[in-house]
Amino acid sequence: MLTLNNVEVMYDHVILVLKGLSMEVPEGTVVALLGSNGAGKSTTLKAISGLLRTEEGDVTDGSIEFKGTRIDREDAADIVRRGIFHVLEGRRVFEHLTVEENLMAGAHTRARGASLDDDLDRVMGYFPRLIQRRKQSAGYLSGGEQQMLAIGRALMAHPRLMLLDEPSLGLSPLLVQEVFGIIRRINREDGITILLVEQNARLALSVADYTYLMESGRIVLEGAPEKLRDNEDVKEFYLGLSDVGERRSYRDVKHYKRRKRWLS
Amino acid sequence: MSQETVLFLQLVISGVAIGSIYALVALGFVLIYKSTDVLNMAQGEMLMIGAWISYSLIADYRIPFVPAFFMTLAFTSLLGLAVERAALRPLIGQPIISVIMVTIGLSIFLRAMVIAIWGTQYQRYPSPIQDSVVSVGPVPIPEVYLWSLLVCLLLVGALTLGFRFTRMGIAMRAVADDQQAALSVGISVRRVFALAWVISALVSAIGGMLLANIQGVGIGLSAVGLKALPVSIVGGLDSIPGAIVGGILIGVLENLSAGYLDTPLGGGVREVAPYVFLVVVLLIKPYGLFGKERIERV
Repeated sequence: MLTLNNVEVMYDHVILVLKGLSMEVPEGTVVALLGSNGAGKSTTLKAISGLLRTEEGDVTDGSIEFKGTRIDREDAADIVRRGIFHVLEGRRVFEHLTVEENLMAGAHTRARGASLDDDLDRVMGYFPRLIQRRKQSAGYLSGGEQQMLAIGRALMAHPRLMLLDEPSLGLSPLLVQEVFGIIRRINREDGITILLVEQNARLALSVADYTYLMESGRIVLEGAPEKLRDNEDVKEFYLGLSDVGERRSYRDVKHYKRRKRWLS
Repeated sequence: MSQETVLFLQLVISGVAIGSIYALVALGFVLIYKSTDVLNMAQGEMLMIGAWISYSLIADYRIPFVPAFFMTLAFTSLLGLAVERAALRPLIGQPIISVIMVTIGLSIFLRAMVIAIWGTQYQRYPSPIQDSVVSVGPVPIPEVYLWSLLVCLLLVGALTLGFRFTRMGIAMRAVADDQQAALSVGISVRRVFALAWVISALVSAIGGMLLANIQGVGIGLSAVGLKALPVSIVGGLDSIPGAIVGGILIGVLENLSAGYLDTPLGGGVREVAPYVFLVVVLLIKPYGLFGKERIERV
């Protein structure tokens, strides 16, 4: 459905952030993109959704294809019309608009005269917490509610592919469970393909069908979640596991000194 | 009714009418500020150009008022589009201070254009509204003032409803809140900016024609831009009802202070009063009377 081919992204014509990134998101799946801070995960999503240009970034090489058409030169608004919806990091709801107006704004690209009541009901069905907040300013919602609103706003646009940037950011573990449960439902019940960026690797591995691991602008490892979960380096660097009960030498503690196996 | 109360009512009512024109111009500020975060210092000049264009159409080309009115609107909205395209769009994302400097430059440029085309002479506006005076109860009010009030109320009502309920209105408010998020939901920010400038140019042109009915057409019309600035700040720079209430408050305040204080204080109070009021309001309510408060979750 979505194919990135050797994508290179530069900010301000000098800072190379993505260095030839290739990945694929098959229709109907949940694909997770993992990596630490500054690896280029958010940049990857912005390259797909066309929001890169608002930050002086540019796709300088390679191509991004969605259902067989190249989209890396298109406007953000046209990309939304094609069915790709980017849920930005940090929720980014329209604070001074009410919950309902936020949802209507999400439906901005829908055909004129389309009936939106059913869609509003559908979103409220996913997120019953939003029902009683309908007329309130979105800025006064709790973090979890805002994240739900941000996902609900995306649903209003009837996307085929949803790009989710750190939906767990700043949420309590219980809310994270709830939000991820809904993400799974959106994928299964509505058949919306999902590309998920997460720092919480354990969480991402639990929902994904396929996983990519990024480090400084490249994909360094990919595979089914089980495969990544069993990888020694992923365990150590991303899941925080080591052999339980064993004494760790000082050298082990300073693990950042040791080269990761995939770099050699 | 005593002479005193009649004078008072007369000052108040004409203050409300003048104030409603201020409100229109302030609305121009607010519309642009609200959706594009730009403070357009050339608002007064846009108003003056609207007045001059309609003057030319009516006086020089002998076009009847109603078609001339709509042609003026068409011209000024093109002007708004052109200004946005040529002067403001290249500055998207630049620091606010440089954007404001550009609009100041724009105001000087537009004023010079007006002088080049129409000169500095004041002209009587070829008004379709009679010079007659209508009595509201015991108070005599020039008919023009009532027309201004009516037109302002209609425009303000239409804009308020539009912002609240239409798809484009919601999109404009969304852009005002968070441009990148607005882009992410597929709103074309460029189109919203252009629309804001067009509506603002339209509103100021209408304000210009109304004001020209009262003051005549001339270079001094643009000074109302300076007066509308405190109006929009008093109301809260991003609030439509704020612009209206601010405009009417300042119109009335001006008239009352001119009526009662000019004699004891020796004149000119009219010019100072709005700014004194502005300072007092901002001391008490820093976001203006109706300004959007910054929502902070703790």
